[in-house]
Amino acid sequence: MASTHIYSAYDDDLKFLSRRISEMGGLAEQMVAEAVRALVNGDTALAQKVISDDVILDHAEREIGDKAIVTIARRQPMAADLREIMGSIRIAADLERVGDLGKNTAKRVIAVQSTGVPRKLARGLEHLSELALVQLKEVLDVYTNRSADKANAIRERDNEIDAMYTSLFRELLTYMMEDPRNITSCTHLLFCAKNIERIGDHATNIAETIFYMATGAQPEGDRPKDDSANTVGAVTE
Amino acid sequence: MNMLTEAAVEKALDHKMSNVPYKMIGKDVSVYYGEKRALFDVNLNIRENTVTALIGPSGCGKSTFLRSLNRMNDTIDGCRVTGKITLDTDDIYDPDIDVVELRARVGMVFQKPNPFPKTIYENVSYGPRIHGLAKSKADLDQIVETSLQRAGLWNEVKDRVHESGTGLSGGQQQRLCIARAVAVSPEVILMDEPCSALDPIATAKVEELIHELRENYTIVIVTHSMQQAARVSQRTAMFHLGNLVEENDTDKMFTNPDDPRTQDYIMGRFG
Repeated sequence: MASTHIYSAYDDDLKFLSRRISEMGGLAEQMVAEAVRALVNGDTALAQKVISDDVILDHAEREIGDKAIVTIARRQPMAADLREIMGSIRIAADLERVGDLGKNTAKRVIAVQSTGVPRKLARGLEHLSELALVQLKEVLDVYTNRSADKANAIRERDNEIDAMYTSLFRELLTYMMEDPRNITSCTHLLFCAKNIERIGDHATNIAETIFYMATGAQPEGDRPKDDSANTVGAVTE
Repeated sequence: MNMLTEAAVEKALDHKMSNVPYKMIGKDVSVYYGEKRALFDVNLNIRENTVTALIGPSGCGKSTFLRSLNRMNDTIDGCRVTGKITLDTDDIYDPDIDVVELRARVGMVFQKPNPFPKTIYENVSYGPRIHGLAKSKADLDQIVETSLQRAGLWNEVKDRVHESGTGLSGGQQQRLCIARAVAVSPEVILMDEPCSALDPIATAKVEELIHELRENYTIVIVTHSMQQAARVSQRTAMFHLGNLVEENDTDKMFTNPDDPRTQDYIMGRFG
């Protein structure tokens, strides 16, 4: 931001919000990465850490909400400042959900630990989470530099994750059909995959929010979607 | 039930003012105070039945522009206005125009409430009387009552209209001045920081009044309060150093202005 407010305390309020958002982003990223690592390695201790970290993320979201309300009440923000504050509230909510999805994945570690995760599926999940984490990392970088172009580019890319999720979905179905004893762990893994796919959606939400913060306009057109997992196995006879 | 149909959404989003006709047109308006030039070729049109807010830092020319809309600048020695301002189709700087009649059509409310040191009744009836708008005493009584009602003051003063206007509170005095302006059935009402001497409650009443008056009148208001401009107006014009920087729908102006100077000003930043 090139110019500063006449009230320097106002700048401090806004800086507080963006610093907290960045911190939340860093923690959410770490939680997702650790949850997937815990899942693949059957590491219950790491899973437990992810579950307890979620409390910090929830707290940070509430703190951002409170600070945003107070800033609106005290400063009556206008234009870019107003968009900045509303954007912070929305992004904090998305990041909090990302943390929840990481936590949910971590919770399933214990359930699948007994059977273990087949090597091939583990690689699929890792790959899916890499895509989602790249998306999340990039969107957090864009948050730092507020580039509308880059935000739009990230939004365009969500269908890579969707496609990967669809292929994992098919694979899990195959495992379940091969041996009904796989159904319990495969169902948990399916939820994990869905969780990770959702993280991509939240990254896209954040990209759209950043686009709005930077330009004051809503991004144009529908977001690209590859929803074919929704219809996989819909047998038409 | 109002369903969330595409048409309903379109309608809700369609708050653009671009179809509203112009009541006053300002073309290349420049104002000089002696050697000093206060306004630089301002092109600003005022839409009918719309509240237009003029904002900008002190000395930006917003009050000067406002005062040129009913030739209040004529009263200042050495003041010269160039360019053209029309009210409907009439050039208001035409030498043949009757300035007294112009100011009846384009009324004004000032920063400090300035009722005449007379009764409430006389304050409101003065204009209609000198303009010959009332045929009888009953007519005049009616105009006074209607004007006070329109100014939202009637219920508070109906039992004491023959008491002095200066005995009212500041907010009531300001609404009395609005009633006085309304009494001569103007087409346009100019307001120069009408709430800057009022407390928040009196301000809210005057703002509510501005909102209601918009149905029957075209209103131009100068204000230093950005929040007030955002609350009461549909169009906002931003002035800076004697230039019109930007004019836009108020909704756009306060969420996503086009000009960086507007942005800096409304956000309270250093330019």
